[in-house]
Amino acid sequence: MRIELVRRPQHSVLFSALSPLIALALTLVAGAILFALMGKPPLHGLYVYFVEPLTEVWSLHELMVKAAPLILIAAGLALCFRSNNWNIGAEGQFIAGAIAGSILPVMFPDFQSWAVLPLMLLMGMAGGAAYAGIPAFLKVRFNTNEILTSLMLVYVAQYFLDWIVRGPWRNPQGYNFPETRQFNDSAILPEIWSASGRAHWGIVLALVAAVVLWFVLSRTMKGFEVRVLGASPRAGRFAGFSAGKMTFFVFLVSGACAGLAGIAEVSGAIGQLRPSISPGYGFTAIIVAFLGRLNPLGIVAAGFVLALSYLGGEAAQVAIGISEKSARIFQGMILFFVLASDTLIHYRIRLIFSPKAKPAQEKS
Amino acid sequence: MSVTATDQPLLDVRRVTKTFGNLVACDAIDLVIKRGEIHALLGENGAGKSTFVKMLFGSLQPVAGEIFWKGRKVNISSPAVARGLGIGMVFQHFSLFDSLTAAENIALSLDKKIPLQDIAVRARDLGEAYGLPLDPDALVGDLSVGERQRIEIIRCLLQEPDLIILDEPTSVLTPQEADRLFVTLERLRAEGKSILYISHRLDEVKRLCDRATVLRHGKVAGDCDPRKETPASLARMMVGNDIKIARRDVATGGKGEARPLLEIRGLSQPPRGPFSTALHDISLTVYAGEIVGIAGVSGNGQGEFFESVSGEMRQDRADTIRIGGVAAGRAGISRRRGLGAAFVPEERLGHGAVPELPLTDNLLLSRYATDGGAFLRGGPLKILARHRLQSAVGSIVKAMDVRKSGENPDASALSGGNLQKFIIGRELARKPAVLVVNQPTWGVDAGAAAYVRQALIDLARDGSAVLVISQDLDELMEICDRIAVMNQGALSKTLPSAEVTLEKIGLMMGGADKAA
Amino acid sequence: MEMTQAILLTVATAATPLLIAAMGELVVERSGVLNLGVEGMMVMGAVTAFVVAQMTGSAWLGMVAAILAGAAFSLLFGFLTLTLVTNQVASGLALTILGLGVSAMIGESYVGLPGIRMEPIHIPGLSQLPLVGQFLFGQDPIFYLSILLTVGVSWFLFRTRAGLTLRAIGDNPGSAHALGAHVVRIRYLAVLFGGACAGLAGAQLSLVYVPQWVENMTAGRGWIALALVVFASWRPWRVLAGAYLFGAVTIGQLHAQALGLGLPSQFLSALPYLATILVLVLISRNRRSTMINTPASLGKPFVPDR
Repeated sequence: MRIELVRRPQHSVLFSALSPLIALALTLVAGAILFALMGKPPLHGLYVYFVEPLTEVWSLHELMVKAAPLILIAAGLALCFRSNNWNIGAEGQFIAGAIAGSILPVMFPDFQSWAVLPLMLLMGMAGGAAYAGIPAFLKVRFNTNEILTSLMLVYVAQYFLDWIVRGPWRNPQGYNFPETRQFNDSAILPEIWSASGRAHWGIVLALVAAVVLWFVLSRTMKGFEVRVLGASPRAGRFAGFSAGKMTFFVFLVSGACAGLAGIAEVSGAIGQLRPSISPGYGFTAIIVAFLGRLNPLGIVAAGFVLALSYLGGEAAQVAIGISEKSARIFQGMILFFVLASDTLIHYRIRLIFSPKAKPAQEKS
Repeated sequence: MSVTATDQPLLDVRRVTKTFGNLVACDAIDLVIKRGEIHALLGENGAGKSTFVKMLFGSLQPVAGEIFWKGRKVNISSPAVARGLGIGMVFQHFSLFDSLTAAENIALSLDKKIPLQDIAVRARDLGEAYGLPLDPDALVGDLSVGERQRIEIIRCLLQEPDLIILDEPTSVLTPQEADRLFVTLERLRAEGKSILYISHRLDEVKRLCDRATVLRHGKVAGDCDPRKETPASLARMMVGNDIKIARRDVATGGKGEARPLLEIRGLSQPPRGPFSTALHDISLTVYAGEIVGIAGVSGNGQGEFFESVSGEMRQDRADTIRIGGVAAGRAGISRRRGLGAAFVPEERLGHGAVPELPLTDNLLLSRYATDGGAFLRGGPLKILARHRLQSAVGSIVKAMDVRKSGENPDASALSGGNLQKFIIGRELARKPAVLVVNQPTWGVDAGAAAYVRQALIDLARDGSAVLVISQDLDELMEICDRIAVMNQGALSKTLPSAEVTLEKIGLMMGGADKAA
Repeated sequence: MEMTQAILLTVATAATPLLIAAMGELVVERSGVLNLGVEGMMVMGAVTAFVVAQMTGSAWLGMVAAILAGAAFSLLFGFLTLTLVTNQVASGLALTILGLGVSAMIGESYVGLPGIRMEPIHIPGLSQLPLVGQFLFGQDPIFYLSILLTVGVSWFLFRTRAGLTLRAIGDNPGSAHALGAHVVRIRYLAVLFGGACAGLAGAQLSLVYVPQWVENMTAGRGWIALALVVFASWRPWRVLAGAYLFGAVTIGQLHAQALGLGLPSQFLSALPYLATILVLVLISRNRRSTMINTPASLGKPFVPDR
């Protein structure tokens, strides 16, 4: 059997909408097969993974806690990827934002005011943006591949965080645990409805950011510039757009989003800095961005789906004894299937069953 | 050789058909090639010539029909099979590899296991025998278009084919180079080899070919002896009806009182990349109301020149380029547009338009800077005014007779001719004082080409300055007041069209005028 | 003397996985395909080698299994990018994410177990030569494989017709197709080869370098291998030089940590990554040479018309 692609004259609107759904359906099927292979009842496994977490209020809160950073980071990445700039170091920018945003509550714990929180958020954004500015600068100035540099900087950021929480920022009253002091109340991003769960205002920030970026991308001149330069750099130059400025713009915006996600996570969900503050949000957000078809509104939905996979992993470990690491397999599979399904948008797929039967060979 | 063997056609193609999706590119084509003849395959761009020969060479597979080679039915499933049979091909867009040497390029198409060193020697010998000198160790990326074609031909001859297919071979050559090619081809015919010669140039076909098959819209429109036809009758077969030839009123007024709208002074530029051409001290003035043409074989710096004039590449000195009298050498393309200039690049998809974006977006592409007020609202937010963009697209479509399906299709969904009409219409709608066009009718069907040429003439008549870069000499002589030739990044002096002959231009293309 | 010898050996051990993975990726990229999944394939190789060696008691079987696992895993990438012509960057990332996830899950119950080491080969007499004896004649089999691989890839690319075809495809797949080269098939083979190399590189990590399994034990080496290919301008012998340079940096910072130079260990640990960035900057700032050396079709999808 052979697979042949036939290019569509015009991209298919139908499959643009359907492709994420097809990808999710394929992921569920593959997941069921995986459960069966591990000797677990497949349907029950899927139920535990993807339905049960939605049936309880506290876990809906958890869902929002996990979705917030994913949506925030992915919305920024959508801008990058649309403009053909490959920032895959969002994990590092997340950490840089968390560290920069934590300067006030860690170094100046006595400064307590309503202004602390907004300042922290701004500093988080600035930290993430500045860190993302490094690969952007290297790309524009020295033509250096941004994929590799942004990724290398993730490791650097992780080591830096490790050093700072074990060294200069370690909690003096913390019995030598590698963590900073607990943030005081004025530095904590409040919970939305604390009576029922942990969800904090980070999710609201994420939704606002997604809507704003959606508007920019689809309705304004700046978004037009992003789309043109991403689809065809030469046409972009013909239009008079600067690819270099665009690289800076999208890296700074996505870095700021990741930085904001970082400080929101630390201030809203953790309450202090630790050596490890992210279960790979920066990388999972890449999947979110693609599952959301690089559209910030689609990313909101995709962010909840991927957040669910984290919760499902935890639930599955408790309920059916499957490692929570299975969540990462689900996440990887989703990305695979979404990329494969996207092919349908631009191509018709034909299956050709007998490789030998070429039309020219037909005997008359 | 017995009489029957000689009479038997070398190649006999019966009712060969090829479809791409819903498009029938070749519809039941019949073609017979005898031994020792040069057989022309005539047709407009898009008539199905290239698709047809790709099937003969095995790069494409027909969906129906039969091919007989030396009387035997064959299935040409791949180029290797074609070469095994004795069919060789010289492509129009060279299938060469820039980062490999000439010898390596030749080795790639030879199926036999010959060491690279031997290939180099044989290629050099063969090249000398046929008047095609060649350096086997040169990187192809550094060679001129003519030299590249030589590699293609030698590569083909090394396989000792019985049939040689040449796809539009002269489209990249100067007239003198073309003459030399014809000598080589006639020598090959004298040796008993057959040649399938694909072209849309009637004079060449009349001069060189023994038979001609004419394709139109994927079907055989006729089969004839070209020496017994007139160019007009051949053209009718190709096009189906008499095409309207663009007419222009004879030169309007002397240049004395006309205003210079585009002035280029001493434009020089180092090569931008490893395989690009440097520009050398180019000076040219285009006055209001005239069309100036730049002829030349492609790859001589036309692309670089266009990007320098448009502002995609900026100059170091402001007074290198003046638009409407204002020094603009250091200005970017948006500023130059603001001064009244408009630009139409050679590549439509991916340069003049974004294939994946709809026409409204592609309208905005070159107009946002000059018509921001009309197409953007919300002040600093710069929100796209979709309805106004849509209605502006509508009026371009109407003015230029653009055929499209749907309200606002992607640029890639339009045919080459229709997209070109849209792009030119997009610029004309601004009524630019200066228009610079690179290859205005390249790959465009005859109807659209005539439409485009007429539009350029009309624009000049209304008082704009028009600069046309084209490989098509007939086109330039039809519409231009003055013509200059670009050769290796340098520009000749301009000649009034009336004084231009093909021979003169050819000499200038070869760089002969510089010696004089 | 002993010290020099020991340092040479450790540098070779640190350089070998980079060399092997980068050599595989070099062939892939020469065919015009950018596979960013090296990290994922490598970590799959590492976990497979470790687990199979545990189950069979044979490091050799572990190594063979790792090669097969890397190749099999690369097929996923091949199917996406070559058959379904998806975006190569995104597909490579998917492969890395999936590989890290799958390996973490497979290896979960093996964390902390003592591993099975692949023993060095000792050639009596020669390996006792002073200074270089052990370096040249007393190393583990994968070291020798890495050197053979370098020689082999260099010979294949520049001395064989198949290698010429592969380079031609990387330069211009459309023309290669027109000449009758099987572009997609050859790219599949290149991707498989890259996967097998990454798998072998992973096996070296869990059988030779540190014979144990730790989650994410590749620690970015797959990415460094990708950077090495750029650094080497797509030339095999320069990959060898680059890999040993990086091996030296890695070992150097380990020694510096041991000596306690007063610098925080985290800064030294971050050094290889910073060095990678620095090297990339130095090599890519010359746009012209980058343009000449980069395979022209790198990362661009190809759909043959039939």
